[in-house]
Formats: sequence, structure tokens, C-alpha cells
Amino acid sequence: MFGRLSFDALPHDPITISVLAVTGLGGLALVGAMFYFKRWTWLWKTWLTSLDPKKIGAMYIIVAALMLLRGVADAGMIRAQQALGVGDGILTSDHFQQVFSAHGTIMIFFVAMGLVFGLFNLLVPLQIGARDVAFPFLNSVSFWLFVVGVALMNVSLVVGEFSPAGWLAYPPLSGLEYSPGVGVDYWIWSLQIAGIGSLLSGINFFVTILKMRAPGMTAMKVPIFIWSVLGSLVLIMFAFPILTATLGMLSLDRLFDTHFFTSGGGGNPMMYVNLIWAWGHPEVYILILPAFGIFSEVVPTFSGKRLFGYTSMVVAIWAIVFLSFTVWLHHFFTMGAGANVNAFFGIMTMIIGIPTGVKVFNWIFTMYKGRVRFTVPMLWFMGFVVTFTLGGVAGVLMSVPPADFQVHNSLFLVAHFHTMIIGGVVFGMFSGFNYWFPKFTGFKLNERLGRYAFWCWLWGFLLAFTPLYILGFMGATRRLDHYDASLGWQGLFIVAAVGVGIIGLGIGFQLLQLGVSIWQRAKNRDVTGDPWQGRTLEWSTASPVPEYNFAVIPQVTERDAFWVAKQAGAATARLQYQPITVPKNTSLGLFIAGFAFLFGFGVIWHIVWLAAVGFVGAVATIILRTSRDDTERVISAREVQETEALLAKKRAKI
Amino acid sequence: MGRKYRIAGIVLAAFVFVALLAFLASRADIPVLHPKGIIASKEYWLMAFTALLAVIIVVPVFVMLFVIAWKYRADNPRAQYKPDWDNSKLYEGLWWGIPCVIIGVLAVVTWFATHDLDPYKKLDSAVKPVRVQVVSLQWKWLFIYPEQRVASVNFLQIPVGTPVNFEATSDAPMNSFWIPSLGGQIYAMSGMTTKLHLMANERGDYRGSSANISGEGFAGMTFTARASSQADFEAWIASAGRSSRELDTHSYATLAEPSKDNPPAVYTLKQPDLYDTIVMKYMAPGHAHDMSGEQMHSGVGH
Repeated sequence: MFGRLSFDALPHDPITISVLAVTGLGGLALVGAMFYFKRWTWLWKTWLTSLDPKKIGAMYIIVAALMLLRGVADAGMIRAQQALGVGDGILTSDHFQQVFSAHGTIMIFFVAMGLVFGLFNLLVPLQIGARDVAFPFLNSVSFWLFVVGVALMNVSLVVGEFSPAGWLAYPPLSGLEYSPGVGVDYWIWSLQIAGIGSLLSGINFFVTILKMRAPGMTAMKVPIFIWSVLGSLVLIMFAFPILTATLGMLSLDRLFDTHFFTSGGGGNPMMYVNLIWAWGHPEVYILILPAFGIFSEVVPTFSGKRLFGYTSMVVAIWAIVFLSFTVWLHHFFTMGAGANVNAFFGIMTMIIGIPTGVKVFNWIFTMYKGRVRFTVPMLWFMGFVVTFTLGGVAGVLMSVPPADFQVHNSLFLVAHFHTMIIGGVVFGMFSGFNYWFPKFTGFKLNERLGRYAFWCWLWGFLLAFTPLYILGFMGATRRLDHYDASLGWQGLFIVAAVGVGIIGLGIGFQLLQLGVSIWQRAKNRDVTGDPWQGRTLEWSTASPVPEYNFAVIPQVTERDAFWVAKQAGAATARLQYQPITVPKNTSLGLFIAGFAFLFGFGVIWHIVWLAAVGFVGAVATIILRTSRDDTERVISAREVQETEALLAKKRAKI
Repeated sequence: MGRKYRIAGIVLAAFVFVALLAFLASRADIPVLHPKGIIASKEYWLMAFTALLAVIIVVPVFVMLFVIAWKYRADNPRAQYKPDWDNSKLYEGLWWGIPCVIIGVLAVVTWFATHDLDPYKKLDSAVKPVRVQVVSLQWKWLFIYPEQRVASVNFLQIPVGTPVNFEATSDAPMNSFWIPSLGGQIYAMSGMTTKLHLMANERGDYRGSSANISGEGFAGMTFTARASSQADFEAWIASAGRSSRELDTHSYATLAEPSKDNPPAVYTLKQPDLYDTIVMKYMAPGHAHDMSGEQMHSGVGH
């Protein structure tokens, strides 16, 4: 009846139980508060069932931020274990391996991807002068599938276990023979379900950018952020099907004893490694391209100057998109491929450095002869250039196959990719968060606390990862739960742990920054809609952005459309308001995702009837939705006019 | 606090940070940077060369970043302001061009170095190589010396100045065989053989380990690689040959059972083709594409 599920699957050790108890009590308190303040209807109507990309984007970011906290807690456990690793540390080997597998999986799939999709939702329609995405309902389905991935991942804490096989779960280790438990299945199905959401989002935003740009916004007039996003979306559409197929084959091996990736029976684990990186390497660029896009908006705005080398930037983006599919083998030069193969992939890898370097030079020259304001988003940019360049050097070093043989899978590699992901993606997201926050809330974030957070992150980052570069040269491989005291590694591991502590302090300042900013929102309120002297269309509408984004769809004649309009002193012609059609709220996306959760849980635990209910339910809900006609409502011209008049009045007050 | 003090504080903090790391690093051995074998040496010099090339780009980036940001800060009244100046064929040509040249140089070096340091390439030497078959198990390393008829667990002895021809396979999840002092890594995978050729040029005990996660006991998969004189090597072989422990299919099955943190042990090898039987174990009947690792390797351009 319940497949593999029994009471044994619940946690037994006191640490886990107490952590879960505290979390559970926190959750209960939250639920209680919701009842006490009678906020359930509000939550349901304005958030959970909303199809407004601004709402969905904000929810992505909230979920990703929560997962960031869990991922950082995992990082803290990894660092603590290794700082104490000359003895037994604090965790068992198995638990430690689950922790680092969870850390990697969470950070890439549920933090970085969540932030990226949140950003797409918030900004893509606004920057192209559109009111919505191409497929609003699909967007909601994507988001809720992402949430199901998050949920399955976290359920594994309570019911059963998580995968101990590393964040990419290479077979044969992740196969049935060596990992018979449910851990790897949790890993597969949380990624599989979230991954389908990612693919759907990729298509959705791709169509949005191609078809819904404001009139006049021709290819070379779109904001560079949109070009970066488009590159990322193309990568999503090509790469995620590979992930889906690969995970599908791995789960067939585990469910039905097929032999795609087994050692025996004619299977080939090397094929898995190739396939997973054929997705995995583009994935890195899926994350970093939007971050590049953020910096390409932040630097011109705070330099008061046009982006330098726009055409170069576009060329560089597409060079990166193309090349990112030609380098996957550099993740396993040590597999024994011939020298010609290794040399080819090594050289392709170093070539990617060229367009990336061009982008860095262009950002720096955007500041040249500008008027640079060192606001918090700019600080993140400066920190990014420093860390990213150093990480790039390590990357070029490893692109030479024989050099890679000596650092592959060592902590040098771990330090390298954290430099790229934290110094690139995460710093980029924080820059964007501080930059666009006032657009969606109507008030700015506290600058001083933002600066404190930045400096903690930067120093914490250097303390946490520089020792790892050195440890790699000392022969320390990744994922060790213990090592010999005589090696002299412990001091460096302790420094690294202190570094993570300082990053934790930085996160503390960020939470404080958010809290204080909300508390003092009256003080930092921005009613102009354009607090930074922005250049692109999102700054032309009010903050927070009205539901319909633009009362009248803007006409674009130039790059940096809003800046140009401001320079021309945009004659405020009498605007003719038209009725605006927006999608109605619907809970069906939530239901589809809920069924997907049942399906995933059923497959993981081999509960056939539950999986069947989930699958049939999801399909039925999709059919139900497609048969509905009444999915839109109209905001009358009069309503638009009233809202706009109210906003204008607020603006006039200052 | 004035701006000057703040900058002085940052410089001081950076200095303390570097000093701390240098102190900690000086207390440990850094095998990748102090190679003891010819392959590791060449790999080290290749890294140094690549890093130097990278510096040609990195230094200007850092200088430009800070100088430009400082000079064009909004509160500097003397700086020029040209808000619409957004391209320059000369500048953009420079930073498309110079990196292309540098990467071009590195690409040529990479091509030749990758062929020269191909782990499958036999080392040039007048000395007759020693053959060692490496099997990664759950969670220990088995070294088989088929010609000397001995085997050892988590301990490897080789003569200095003699090429060592490693063949690696796995009877466990994939592992990566790595002795940083002697040179880089090759994966050990079940049902196939990969190859690695190394040579020590200094006597000493070097640490070896697995660089790829292979399950619970993976962290304990460390071994000592002892590079000794030819005489000491022969003495060790002789003593191993007298070991009371014998290795054949039967005792191998016991050895292959999962176990953690195994101490070193030596065996007399009763079954010289043990390695081949381990590789063949994973072959589907009728599909004797043994050495598929070899095929993959030679598949392109050999």
C-alpha cells in the first residue's frame, strides 16, 4: 500500500529531530499569525493564484532566498565538519555526503535558478515595454513546479534521506547497486519536476522577448539585459531537454532495472557523465548571462553614460552562447579521452575567455568619462570584477588539460567554481536586488547596511575560498569528511570556516537591511518611479509598478529609450487611455503542481496508486484549463485613468 | 573615519590576510607546487606559464578598474564627462585582439602539451618500466604487480628513475587515481582500463588518494606511494612475496567487500590474471569489448 514507506523513514537522531521541531514550531507560529491577522484570503487572492509576473517574480525570489538560507546552513555544516575533520568531525560520513549533495543541488537549482527566473519575471516585460509574458498561465505552472522541486527536496529532510552521491550523482554510485535507498530518487524527481518548469519558462520568456517588444524596439535597440536574458533562454531551451532525458534514463535504471548507465549489462556510466555536463556546462552560462545583463544595466546607470560597446556586448553574448555547448568535456579531462579530444575541448574552453574578457573591458570603459556614483549596486559590480577575474585565471589554468590533471576534483576546483558562481552570479543578483528593489516596492533599501553586507560578503568570500585554492595544491580533494592531522591542512580549513561565518554575518546585514528599510520606508520612499536616473523603460512607469505596467505602451525610437525621452524633455502629451486586458487569477497552476508533487512522492517511494493519482490529476487539470474560455478580465480606460491620476497626484506632492 | 583611513584599513587587512595564509601554507607540504616526478614537474611548469600569461590580462584589468572608477567618481569636478561616448573601434579592437593573441599562444602550447603529457603515452627511458595494475575497491586501493607476482593494499612502492606503467580499473563506483607529487590523475572505472604513466625522480613517501566520490568510505581511500632505490624496491618485492597472505579469486572476493580506512597490507599474487578477471566481470556475455577505455582513447587521432 505504501511502497517503501514506513515509520523507519522518519528521523531518529536527536539533532535532526530538534532542528525539525524548531522549524515546525516556527511554521506553526506563522500559520497561527496568518489566522490571527486574517490574511489567508489576501495571500490566496493577491499572491498564490496571481498570474501577474511581478507577483510570480517576487515569489520566486522569496522562495530562492529561503533556500539560500538552507544552502548556507549546509555550507556552514560542511565547513564545520572539515575544520574539525582531523577527528571525527560532527557528522557521520553518510550524513556529511547528504549535506554537500544537498548544498550543491539547492544552490544551483533552487537558489540561483530561482533568482534568475524571479528576475526574468520582474524585468523582462517591463524592459521591453510589455504588460505581461506571452503565456501567463504557463508562467504560473512553471513557478509552482519549481516550488514542488523545492518541496520534495525539503521533504527528504523529514521523510527518508537525501542523495549522498554529489550534486550531479554520477553512476554507478547513483545506480541501484550502490545507492538502493530513496535519496537519489528524491534528487532525481525534485530536479526533474523543477526542470520541466524551467524549460517551460525558457520557452515562455523566449516568445515574450521575440513577440511582445514595444513598437519601435528593434533588435539593436533592446536593453542589453534583454539580450543577455535571450542568450540564457536559448541555452535553457537547448540544455534542459538533455537534463530531462538524462534524469529519465537514470530513473529507468533505478525503477525498471534498465542498463543505460550501469557498469555491467552493457550500460555505460561515461555516457551519463557526458550527458549531464552537456546540460551542466550551459547551465553555468544560463546563470551567469543574466548576471552579466544586470551589470550591463547597473554600470551605465551609475556612470550616467551609455553602455560602452553595445554591439560588442551583443556579439560577445552570442559567442558565449554558442561556445558554451562546445566545452563540456573539460569537466572530465581525466576520463582518459585521447590527446586530440582533450586538446580540442581545452582550447574551446579558453576561447570562451575572450568574449567574457571583452565584456569586462566594456564595463570598465562605460565608467570612463562618466560620472560614477558608488552606490551599493556599484560596489557589488566592483567586487564582481575583482573576484570574477581571479576566478577566470583559475579557469584558464584548468582549461589546459595536463594542468587540470593536477587540480581536477581538488579543492582548487571547488574554489574556482565558487568564485565564478558567488563572485559572478550571486554578486550580480545582489547588485540587481539593490538596484531594482525600489521599482517594485516604492522605496529604496538602506545604503549603509547594504555597504556593510557587501564588505562582509567580499571579505568572507576571500577568507572562505582563498584557503581552498591553496589546499587544492596541497592535494586536498573535495568532499572529504576526514583527513589526517599530519597533513597540516586544518589551519586553512579553520580560516575557510571563519570566512563562511563572515558571509553569514553579511547575510545577517542583508536581512537587517531589508527589515530596517521596510520599517523606515516612509523615509526612503520614491514617488518619481526613477530613483537612480535610470535609462530603460522600467523606470518610466510608477513605483511600485501598477498591475498593467504601462498605462500607454511606449513608443521606442532609440536605445536607452527612457533616458533619451528624458533628455528630449518628453512633452507630456495628453494621453489617450485604452481598456487593458489582463489575465484572471487562477489556482489551476497550483493544482497541477500539487498533483506533480503527489506523482513525484509516489514514484520516489514506489507507491504506485499515488503516482497514478498524481499523473492523472495533473493531466486532467491541464485539460480542464484548456477548456476554459473565461480567463481574462478588462481594466476599463476609466479605471486606468483614475489610477494614473492618483499616481500623478502623489508625484506632485513632493 | 576619512576615506584615507578606510583605504589604509583595507590595505592592512589584505596584508594580514596574505601573511596568515602564507604562514599556514608554509607549515604544510604543497605537492603540486613541489613536484617529485617528471610528469608532475612538467605539469607544474605548464601551470606557471599559463598563470603568467593570464597576468598580462589581469593586471591591466585591475589597474583600469580602480584608476578609472576613482578618476571618474561623481564628486571629482576635474574629470571630463562625455555621456554619449559609447564606442571606439581602437579600444574594442584592442580587447578583442590582445586576448585573441594570448589565447592563440596558449592554444598552441596546449595542443603540444596535451599530446606530450597524454597519460596514455609511454615515457622515454632506457630503464625497463614497472607495471602496476590499480583496482579501486570499496574503499581502498589494490595494487597488483603482475610481473613480480605480488600485490598490496593502500601502499605502493616504486623504484626512483624508473617509468611506471599504471593500468587502472574499478570494482566499485568510479574513483580517480591521484598522486599529486608524481603527477596527475586518471579515472578508474569498472569494466574498462585506463592508463597512466609516471616516474618519480626523488626518493620519498608521497600521498595518494581518490579524487572522486565513491561512497561512504571514500575519504579513507588514501595510500602511500613510496619511491625508493631499485635495491629497496626489490627487497620490498621479495618480502611481499614471502607474505603469508595470498591473493586469488577467493581471497579477492573477501577483500572486495566494503571496508573503511584500511591499513596497508601486502599479498603474494597467486593468480597473475586477476586484474583481467576483475575487468571482465562487468562485460555482458558475448560483448567482449574489453579495453573499451582503450578504444575511447585511441578512437580519435592515434
